[in-house]
Order: sequence, then C-alpha cells, then structure tokens
Amino acid sequence: MNAGPRPDEFGAGERLAVSVRDLARGFGEKTVLDGINFDIRDGEFVALIGKSGSGKSTLLRALADLDDDATSSGVIRIPDNLSVLFQDSRLLPWQNVIDNITLGLRDADARDRGLAMLRDVGLAGRENAWPNELSGGEQQRVALARSLARGPSLLIADEPFGALDALTRIKMHELLFRLIAVHRPTVLLVTHDVDEALVLANRVIVMDEGRIIRDIAVDLPYPRDKTHPHFADNRRALLSALGVVTHV
Amino acid sequence: MTYEADAYSLGLAGREHRAADAPVGAVHATLCRKSRFMPGRLPRGGVLFGPIALLVIWQLASLIGILPEKLLAAPTTAVATFYDMIVEGTLAPHFFASATRAYLGLGIGVALGIALALASGLSRVGEASIDALVQIKRAVPSLALIPLAILWLGIGETMKIAIITTSVLVPVYINTHAGLRGIDLRYVELARTVGLSYREFITRVALPGALPGFFTGLRLAVTTCWTALVVLEQINTTEGVGYLMSRARDYGQTDVIVVGLAIYAVLGLTSDLTVRYFERRALSYRRVLGA
Ligand SMILES: Nc1ncnc2c1ncn2[C@@H]1O[C@H](COP(=O)(O)OP(=O)(O)OP(=O)(O)O)[C@@H](O)[C@H]1O
Ligand SMILES: [Mg+2]
Repeated sequence: MNAGPRPDEFGAGERLAVSVRDLARGFGEKTVLDGINFDIRDGEFVALIGKSGSGKSTLLRALADLDDDATSSGVIRIPDNLSVLFQDSRLLPWQNVIDNITLGLRDADARDRGLAMLRDVGLAGRENAWPNELSGGEQQRVALARSLARGPSLLIADEPFGALDALTRIKMHELLFRLIAVHRPTVLLVTHDVDEALVLANRVIVMDEGRIIRDIAVDLPYPRDKTHPHFADNRRALLSALGVVTHV
Repeated sequence: MTYEADAYSLGLAGREHRAADAPVGAVHATLCRKSRFMPGRLPRGGVLFGPIALLVIWQLASLIGILPEKLLAAPTTAVATFYDMIVEGTLAPHFFASATRAYLGLGIGVALGIALALASGLSRVGEASIDALVQIKRAVPSLALIPLAILWLGIGETMKIAIITTSVLVPVYINTHAGLRGIDLRYVELARTVGLSYREFITRVALPGALPGFFTGLRLAVTTCWTALVVLEQINTTEGVGYLMSRARDYGQTDVIVVGLAIYAVLGLTSDLTVRYFERRALSYRRVLGA
C-alpha cells in the first residue's frame, strides 16, 4: 500500500530499516501473531494501532528480542542499535537520573551526552535526583532521554505515553517530535490513541487478531492540524478499521 | 496512667500546631490529610515513654515491697551493682568475651550467608545444591545442633562461634536470596534492551535490587547472634555475660541478672540502630512512609 518514498519531515529514505517476513508467534496452543509481513524504511515514523489483545506488544517484543517464552517462526531484519521505550518509565530506582540515562553506555563521553540529552528533555540540573523524586511525566522524559542517548537508528515504543494525563501527553508529543527531528531514528510506536497516531506518524499500521489489516500512509504536513479535512478522513478510516463506527 | 494519655495527645498537639503554622495552604492540606491515616510523629524521645514508665512502676513496686529483692532487684540496686562491677573491673572481661563471640559469629555468618545467597540466587547449580539445604537448616533450631557441635568441635570457643554462625547465616541467606530471586522481571528486560553485560547486570541491577532483603536479614541476624549467646554461655565457660547471669542465679543475685539483661537489651538495640542507620543511607532512594 505504500508506493515509493515520500519526501517529508522525517526524510524517509529508500533503505529499509526493518523488514519482517512471515512472522508468527504463539504461546502454547494459542497463536498470537500470524503471517506478519511489513517493511519500515529508514527514517519513517510508523504508528501501530489495534484493539486490546490484537498482538501489538507481542510484535514489539518479538522485534526487541524479548520473547524467549514464545514459539516463533519467521524472519526479522532489524538494526542492532535499537532502543526500547516502555509504557512504564522503567528507571532503576537505586540509580540516579544520569546513571539511568547512561545505563549500558561504555564510551568516555557517555556522561556528557547523557547530560545533553537531559537538557534536551527539559530536565537540566536533575541529573543527581532519584527517579522517585520525579513526577510520572518527568520519569518518562528521563526514559526518553535514556533511549535517545544511545543514538538508536530504530526506536520502538509501546504506549510510552499511555500512563500520562492528556496535557502531559500533548507536551510529550511535542518533545518527542522535536527530538526525533534532531536525532532522526526510525520510529515504531504502539498506541491506543488514533489521534496520537495521526499527530505523530507518517504511516499507520492497524492490527487485528494477530494480523495486519490496514497500512495507511498519512500524507499530511507537520505540525498536524486536527481540523484539516484529511485528518478527519484518516481518522474515520482508522476508526472503521478498528471496528468503531463514528458519526463525527 | 493519665501520663500516657498526656504524652500521646502532646504528640498530636505538636503536629497540629505545625500544620496551623504552615504558611502555604497546600502544605497545610498535606499535613492534615496525612494525619487522618497515620498517627502523628512522636516528639523527640517519645518512644522512650513506655520503657521509662515500666522502670518507674518497677521501682515503685520494689520500694513498697510488692517485689521482693530475691525475685527481682530494683532498678536502682541494679544500677548501683553495675557501677560497682565497672569500678571493680569485673564486668569488662565478661562483656568483651561475649561481644567477641557474638560479633565473630555474626561476621562469619553474614559473610557465609551472603556468599551462599549469591551462589544460589545467581546460578542454577548453586540453587540446586544450596537452597534446600538452608531451608532444612532453617527448620532445625540452631540450639538443637549444640549436642552434635559439642561432639564435633568440643566445648570451647570454636563450637560457640560455629553455632552463632549457623543461626546468623539463615536469616541473611533467606532474605538476600529472596531479594535476588524476586528482582522485577521488567528490570531484567531493561538490562537486555540496553545491552548490559552479565557483570553490569549483577552490579547495577541484581545486587542493588537484593539490598533491601539483605538488610532485613541483617537486622534479624544482629539480634539472633545475641540470643544464641545466652544459651551457649552456660556451657563450659568462665567468661561472658551469659556465664555471669547463670552464676548469679546460683547465688540468687537478682541485681546481677538485671545488669546482664540490660546489657543484652542495650547491645541488641544499638546493633539494630546501627544496621538501620546504614540501611537508611544505602536505601535513601526509597521514599517510604515513616522514613
Ligand atoms: N507471555 C504470554 N503468555 C501467554 N499469552 C500471552 C503472552 N503474552 C501475550 N499473550 C496473549 O497474546 C495476545 C496479544 O497480547 P498483546 O499483549 O500483544 O496485545 P496488545 O495488542 O499489546 O494489547 P494491549 O493494547 O491491551 O496492550 C493476548 O491475547 C495475550 O493474552
Ligand atoms: Mg500491549
């Protein structure tokens, strides 16, 4: 459904960042993912939506190689330097903010890069704070700093803003957008929120019962205007793919 | 007992006062809300009220003769005896003999407990060979091992320290092991996604995660080591607080018995406070109610 490269803000190129073929995953007798095929080009921002239980998290865990307990088949081609952003900030409570950000980084300037990232997420000066001393939104910003500080070429995120209030969420969208524009990783973001997908992504994949049922390109200029007629069209298309009938 | 009621309401009054004085409305609200679910903070030294009340009653009972000297010496008599024993230099050797046994046993037991917990918490072979054994040991009271220990190690210091070691080892092992095994799987996932090496995983995730459990074990251990001592010091020894007390029993010196009890109490309390101090420092990242 995606024909050729599009020039856009994220500068999606011709090269493939991710390529998934005939992916299947199951737990015991239960098949959770079945016949998943898709590619993501370098620099694309892809949102993955679908009903609860449709297999989104399972797909991300397969990509992040976190699913030892599943029966698996299929081929995944994915960059080595990928970062994962979880729904919970998943900061180690016994490490201060900067040590959390540089966790697993071994190069000499890791700390400096970590501090710069911390500044970028608007938390300059909090490097020595404990995670417990931060608000939920601040913790998630530290988690974002942690995932970007390792200069990933692919960022995969499973409902990273799901636990935040609506206002903080909008701020996080702006922050994420700004940082993505600078660091330019390819992004695969799972969300429940159709609007979130349409505000951020230039492509939306819809899953249902372990399969991909829609793959929609979102050709709207950034920053996205929710009142734009095409925004509403896309929104309706996605909602109907999710089985929601709207009268809006 | 009106005194008790007074001291308690004193604590409440103190807190409400602070709330009323707080300049910012938000602060006021927080303090009030907290107070509805939790009793207010005691004023400084407030926890000492119970022990002091007990001492006063005890002293009064001795004075008016309800409590005869041959059953229990008055606190003041015990204090005088304590002073005499210090001046005569009869207490110090017993005290140091006991402290040496207790802390030697504690040191070895804690070290062994940690080593076993790490071996069994971090490897399957370790868990297979160690865990069930320690669990079985846990079911057997250490003091029940004394007869065997005497046959193997004699009735000297080695046997005493070995018994203390085994009784200290168990709580340290159990709690540290539980801490290691109970590490949040989400952190294990995180460690994988950020590419930690095994060594980094141990030092930055597993060990810090097990630290709260270790401290719980350590707090149990410091009191356990003194408990075991009381019994052990009745066996073939001429030095130690326990020996002092059993000899005093033979002579009916209840004041010396009280001195011995007080020494155990003070040592137990200071050990616990010391551990808690280090615990608070090491776990300062946690904001816990009452911290
Ligand atoms: N470890 C597991 N063992 C057994 N079943 C599992 C396991 N993980 C996921 N499943 C099942 O796989 C299905 C898909 O789960 P998944 O978490 O991928 O859904 P999701 O699309 O992320 O849902 P949500 O939007 O609610 O997060 C569910 O039916 C779930 O019960
Ligand atoms: Mg999910």
